[in-house]
Amino acid sequence: MRYLPLTEADRSAMLETIGAPDVDALFSDVPEEARLTGPIEGLPMHASEMAVEKHMRRLSKKNLAASDAAFFLGAGAYKHHVPASVDHIIQRGEFLTAYTPYQPEIAQGTLQMLFEFQTQVARLYGCHVANASMYDGSTACWEAVAMASRVARGKKRKVVLSGALHPHYAEVVKTMAKFTEDEIAHASPALQAQPDNYGLIARIDDDTSCVVVQYPDILGRVSDLQPIADAAHEKGALLIVVNTEPVALGAIKSPGEMGADIVVGEGQSLGVGLQFGGPYLGLFAVTSPKHVRQMPGRLCGETVDAEGKRGFVLTLSTREQHIRREKATSNICTNSGLCALAFSVHITLLGEKGLRRLAMENHRLACHAADRLAKVPGVSVLNDSFFNEFTVRLGTDARAVVRKLAERDILAGVSLGRLFPDNADLADGLLVAVTETTTEEDIETLASALEEVLS
Amino acid sequence: MARYFTEEHEWIDLEGDTATVGITDYAQGQLGDIVFVELPESGTMLEKGKDAAVVESVKAASDVYAPISGEVTEANAALEDDPALVNTSPEEDGWFFRMTVSDKSQLEGLMDDKAYKSFCDEL
Amino acid sequence: MSAPNQSGWKPGTPVEDHNAMSGPDTVTGNRALMLEEPLLFEIGHVETTGVDLPEPAGAATRLGGMDRAEAIGLPGLSEPEAVRHYTRLSRQNYGIDLGFFPLGSCTMKHNPRLNEKVARMPGFADVHPLQPVQTVRGALEVINELANWLIDLTGMHGVAMSPKAGAHGELCGILCIRAALEARGDARKVVLVPESAHGTNPATAAFAGYEVEDIPATAEGRVDLEALKARLGPDVAAVMITNPNTCGLFERDMKAISDAVHAVGGFVYCDGANFNAIVGKVRPGDLGVDAMHINLHKTFSTPHGGGGPGSGPVVLSEALAPFGPLPYVVRGKDGEVHLVEEENADQYGHTQSFGRMTAFHGQMGMFTRALTYMLSHGADGLKQVAEDAVLNANYVLRSLDDVLDAPFGPSGPCMHEALFSDAGFAEDISTLDLAKGLIDEGYHPMTMYFPLVVHGAMLIEPTETESKAALDQFIAALRSVAERAKAGDATLKTAPHYAPRRRLDETLAARKPVLAYEEPVAPSGQPTMSEQGGR
Repeated sequence: MRYLPLTEADRSAMLETIGAPDVDALFSDVPEEARLTGPIEGLPMHASEMAVEKHMRRLSKKNLAASDAAFFLGAGAYKHHVPASVDHIIQRGEFLTAYTPYQPEIAQGTLQMLFEFQTQVARLYGCHVANASMYDGSTACWEAVAMASRVARGKKRKVVLSGALHPHYAEVVKTMAKFTEDEIAHASPALQAQPDNYGLIARIDDDTSCVVVQYPDILGRVSDLQPIADAAHEKGALLIVVNTEPVALGAIKSPGEMGADIVVGEGQSLGVGLQFGGPYLGLFAVTSPKHVRQMPGRLCGETVDAEGKRGFVLTLSTREQHIRREKATSNICTNSGLCALAFSVHITLLGEKGLRRLAMENHRLACHAADRLAKVPGVSVLNDSFFNEFTVRLGTDARAVVRKLAERDILAGVSLGRLFPDNADLADGLLVAVTETTTEEDIETLASALEEVLS
Repeated sequence: MARYFTEEHEWIDLEGDTATVGITDYAQGQLGDIVFVELPESGTMLEKGKDAAVVESVKAASDVYAPISGEVTEANAALEDDPALVNTSPEEDGWFFRMTVSDKSQLEGLMDDKAYKSFCDEL
Repeated sequence: MSAPNQSGWKPGTPVEDHNAMSGPDTVTGNRALMLEEPLLFEIGHVETTGVDLPEPAGAATRLGGMDRAEAIGLPGLSEPEAVRHYTRLSRQNYGIDLGFFPLGSCTMKHNPRLNEKVARMPGFADVHPLQPVQTVRGALEVINELANWLIDLTGMHGVAMSPKAGAHGELCGILCIRAALEARGDARKVVLVPESAHGTNPATAAFAGYEVEDIPATAEGRVDLEALKARLGPDVAAVMITNPNTCGLFERDMKAISDAVHAVGGFVYCDGANFNAIVGKVRPGDLGVDAMHINLHKTFSTPHGGGGPGSGPVVLSEALAPFGPLPYVVRGKDGEVHLVEEENADQYGHTQSFGRMTAFHGQMGMFTRALTYMLSHGADGLKQVAEDAVLNANYVLRSLDDVLDAPFGPSGPCMHEALFSDAGFAEDISTLDLAKGLIDEGYHPMTMYFPLVVHGAMLIEPTETESKAALDQFIAALRSVAERAKAGDATLKTAPHYAPRRRLDETLAARKPVLAYEEPVAPSGQPTMSEQGGR
């Protein structure tokens, strides 16, 4: 029991100080009939570090790691190269084993990092203020919808979701709306080269609190959001823009530039890694200073100490659950602090120049892949526009193709059938993501395997 | 002009049909440094005893209840930039909002200056 | 009490000027190992990068005409500069690795490094959540194996693994309850929450559309069963109880509370934040609990990371399990583990789910760490964890209750937290002052002003990973600071004196919020620091 420092002698001495005959006496408030006398049956006993590592390694070997495959999955989680120093820094005990910075005098490391992170996110999104992170992109999206309802003071009940919003994000919003009784207008996307922004605009009315669009969207398409922003604002609604690939913002306009009111997204691409879906990093930012007090989550702000030195603290805390309780803007407490650090370190290592280069390298390889796949008989590329992810149509059920290719260690992409199981019209769609980690050989491997499987 | 006080430490100045509402010096002293005041928008209908405003210090948010019923005609915009006015001039420049008075009888039973002072002394 | 340190310095030895930090000013503002660090925006440059990437070829883009024209404003650092920047920042932080961190209700225990190593195995860290199920059987097995541990440790029926943190888990539990009530056509309006509860409890219930009412407490710091019974009725959807509660006490009447709530058709939510005190000693399922979240980042040692990520699986009773969120993982009759999502929920009979709470499967990186920890401790070790955690807390309580007021000390043994009040402090000394004094002694302070039911509350949770020597040193330090607080020592009002920063002006921060960096406007002709290329 290598994590327990007390010795038997310590325990006896301490019991004596306490004045208890044995440790069970300390549990006397637990009703006797519920008190367990021995270790819970059916569970293994303690094990050495070596034995545990062996067990876990065996389980890990049952998975196909992305780096061991020709890998093309995206749909809200992207494989990027994370510089080695990122992992080194987040494993420093002072970051790894710290708590939420409630005692700012001894938490300036976390606080200054959060202030830098907030600034980086706000700039990337073209926003005024970003918070210190949420759980992930999907929950940040829901929190944005809830915030829009607060801004409308509960007087508007309709939420217009773009059909090209990630279906899991839409599901999270729908789940939560069941309980807040917001009305959700949503349909799955049509397989067209351009998103139906005018159809979306037509659904906005006076009862609409917000419009939610994804940029680039779930099919990888990139379009101008300004007309949607204008239409939303005309009806007194907020435009919420969701971004699931922050690297894209090194190449395309920020949502803030196009009139978004709230920008949320998934930060996993930078620093965090795939991790089978979590922990990830929810990003949340607003463009207007007047909305800051309606934001969920923690905010770090600049101030001075008693000697006039610059320092940082958590601030505007009266929005939060530990003070406002049932009137809080959100129930969130723990967020994704360490993932925020990883994101921040990665983006610091890139800098603006590096981020733009990274984005253009992703786009270059994606263009190459789209061109190569378009040459495969039976395959057509849907998109006119994309960043590092695009949709191809295979003319046959893409799920079966994905499974077949997985047997050859090719992870070909995310089938739209997996994302939209209820919509048979989308079943031949395959979402293909290409990043700087994808090689031209990988693309060739995928293309030739598709040729074989589809013929 | 008559000034009334409530047991919730609000003051009300009545001038004709318009009332100006704020919190008392005693209240601001209890709350400590005020960092933000959330005020009702003009046109909001307030009901006596229901939430009207929120006054915040660093670690607390306190609801301010409408002392009487009526419609808000003006919120004190100066508090937006300088919430500290509530600390430095609670009973003058740090007023919260102005409102119409739906029912003057609601003012009956409120305290005057002297009664409020002795009310505070007993706290 | 034994000598608190080995360095030869004895407590109470006067140091020059009462301030070991006093001395000549330095040009840099640094004081030897205490290093000041500018903001990234003051030292970095947009043209600097620490990552080698090819120059863009300038080929035509297919970005839909949305090519970015504006600068972003993201300064970069080379790798050596970046490592130094963050290393210097890290040194301004307190962490468990550095010392005792008795933050009540947060369970700041040692984070074993094997957990970190395992979480980074490529088969776990480098796997996409939407890979074909055939390529992620091992990951699903981890979830399934962890789920089985949680079910066995709590004596519950099922577990929802996807919630991202404790508060998200609370929401999951309350949504299960609401779904179960709606399924039987029984809309209820009220959730009862004790005043001593974590703020997340009422915030969660309100978020789920419920009115929140208080549950009265007894003078000894527990739920007032009779008063609760009197309030229960057909309008009560649930009661949310923290057990052990935030006063550090076990709710003796838990079973009777559950029975009373069930008798009127309501459900019992248990806040499992304090599970560390009872893991392996008592199973919440045996006490009639319907739903309880488990903070893997507390009881099961996944690191707090300066505020997350956490993980909050929710164990569910038989009555609530059918309503749990998608996706979830089950071991099928074929012996393989399967992922149940929207499309195949019918197949597994999970048709009443209230929906999806998050995009993917939950906090996999926390699952691998927590499972590694459980396997290391085993059933026997986890029982010892609870026993040592409770022993340590009682030792702190009884070693200090002569100098600090322990409002519930007479109620009997505490669980894994010792609670004190500020009674007896000099009039102008507060709990905050005492906490800042502890910082100077080299400790992270305890939780302050929580629970709300105790004046100037100080909630101390030592956890099981502290040695007796570490506790003795802390007790000596807190005893000394408490005596200063009672004596009205004015130097406490200005503490901390030795931290990287003195007390910070939180009023200024809230009145004039500065939440992002803005480059100072340089006098005309003068390049800013970042235009000069940083340091």
